[in-house]
Amino acid sequence: MKYLREIGEYVLLMIQTLKKPEKWFIFRRQLVVNFKQIGTESIGIVAIISFFLGGIVAIQLAYNIDSPFIPKSIIGFSTRTMLVLEVSPTLLSMILTGKVGSRIASEIGTMRITEQIDALRVMGVNPASYLILPKIVASVLYFPVLVIFSIFLGLMGGYAAGAITGLVPPADYIIGVREWFAPFNLVYSMIKTVVFAFIIASVASYKGYSVKGGSVEVGQASTDGVVTANILIIIFDLILTQMLLT
Amino acid sequence: MIEVKHLYKSFEGVPVLKDINTVFEKGKTNLIIGQSGSGKTVLMKCCIGLYEPENGEILYNGRKFNNASEKKRKNIREEMGVLFQGGALFDSLTVEENIMFPLNMFTKMTLKEKKERVNYVLENVNLSGTNEKFPAELSGGMMKRVAIARAISLMPKYLFADEPNSGLDPKTAERIDQLLHSLTKKFNMTTVINTHDMNSVIQIGENISFINKGNLWWEGTNKEIFHTNNPELNDFVFSTELTRRLKE
Repeated sequence: MKYLREIGEYVLLMIQTLKKPEKWFIFRRQLVVNFKQIGTESIGIVAIISFFLGGIVAIQLAYNIDSPFIPKSIIGFSTRTMLVLEVSPTLLSMILTGKVGSRIASEIGTMRITEQIDALRVMGVNPASYLILPKIVASVLYFPVLVIFSIFLGLMGGYAAGAITGLVPPADYIIGVREWFAPFNLVYSMIKTVVFAFIIASVASYKGYSVKGGSVEVGQASTDGVVTANILIIIFDLILTQMLLT
Repeated sequence: MIEVKHLYKSFEGVPVLKDINTVFEKGKTNLIIGQSGSGKTVLMKCCIGLYEPENGEILYNGRKFNNASEKKRKNIREEMGVLFQGGALFDSLTVEENIMFPLNMFTKMTLKEKKERVNYVLENVNLSGTNEKFPAELSGGMMKRVAIARAISLMPKYLFADEPNSGLDPKTAERIDQLLHSLTKKFNMTTVINTHDMNSVIQIGENISFINKGNLWWEGTNKEIFHTNNPELNDFVFSTELTRRLKE
């Protein structure tokens, strides 16, 4: 019953959120702020994690594919495929849930308990549209950029790890990365990323927006937002994979 | 003038306001007093539209507020300024941006006009020159004054203040009271203040409504309150040694 009520509240909040902004110039200003907070400030963590993940994937593949009958280029090919299909869109989204989702939930939750949202309502402003819409739009537009950046850095990480350890000759790795490239894989990856971005921003916003109480509840909302978004990401990953790749 | 007629509000079946009838007069500081949990904050939140009453009506100069269309409510809201208990300033905005916020939302003023208005209201709350500061850089009293500045930036006809003195030292609390009182006179506003601070009652209570157990128990002025025989009101107002001595 509780979950049904929450789903209902979430849908109602999204209906409020997706209404036309009252003033476009304020929306644009909010969007720029959110691009910075959600996107630009995540570049560092995305870069570090992606580079090392790419390296780890390449080394693990090299360790498991230890046959003279299998060309070394398959490691480059498999690293690219894993990065494009799963590691960058899904794993990175789950990591970003921790960073971006918790930030959104705690920011909106704090605004709720300090009556800032009430102040917006009293001023006749739609708080959902003012606060949440720019976060969703910024996430949906910026996450694909981060994922492409992540794929690129992951490939670089694989290259570096292979070269440093000597497990994968650089020339073979590059041949593998360039082999049998299916452009639809990238489209699939971007579709997943956009859906995950929407889930992260909207679920975290809902959790923050519905906070009642004090600082303990804000912390709880932040945790709930991250956990719920991660579970939904995995569920939608399965659904989208079934829909788009089979 | 704000008229409250037969207002009833409950939460999960428990009545919090029971048939409240009162009038908040123009050009006066109207105080709502009562113990914690008496229903005074609920009454104010019904008046500003944060809670929907189940029964009764709230009229702003004869215009219905609750049950009115969203457009009509918005028109009335533009005439309202609200000072929340904690100030409710937007943390990510500077003092100037906070005060400019309602101007951006509701007016077509140019940037120059908006800046002039910001400086004018800051001057009125004695905070000139704090434009670029963030709320976190201000003291509690300064935050309240910035919140007052934001509340009056649209030159409202109705000003609401929810426990404006809470968390402030007595001297700052008195300054806030005097500021609200002088602004009420200067701009001829209908000011409604929610408080349980007896200093406010004595100093600026031109029209006092005492709420007890969800009922309007007593109405009068700060002069009349000293001569009332209402036992619940006496028990609430003169509960400390200091106020008892003052009455004597």
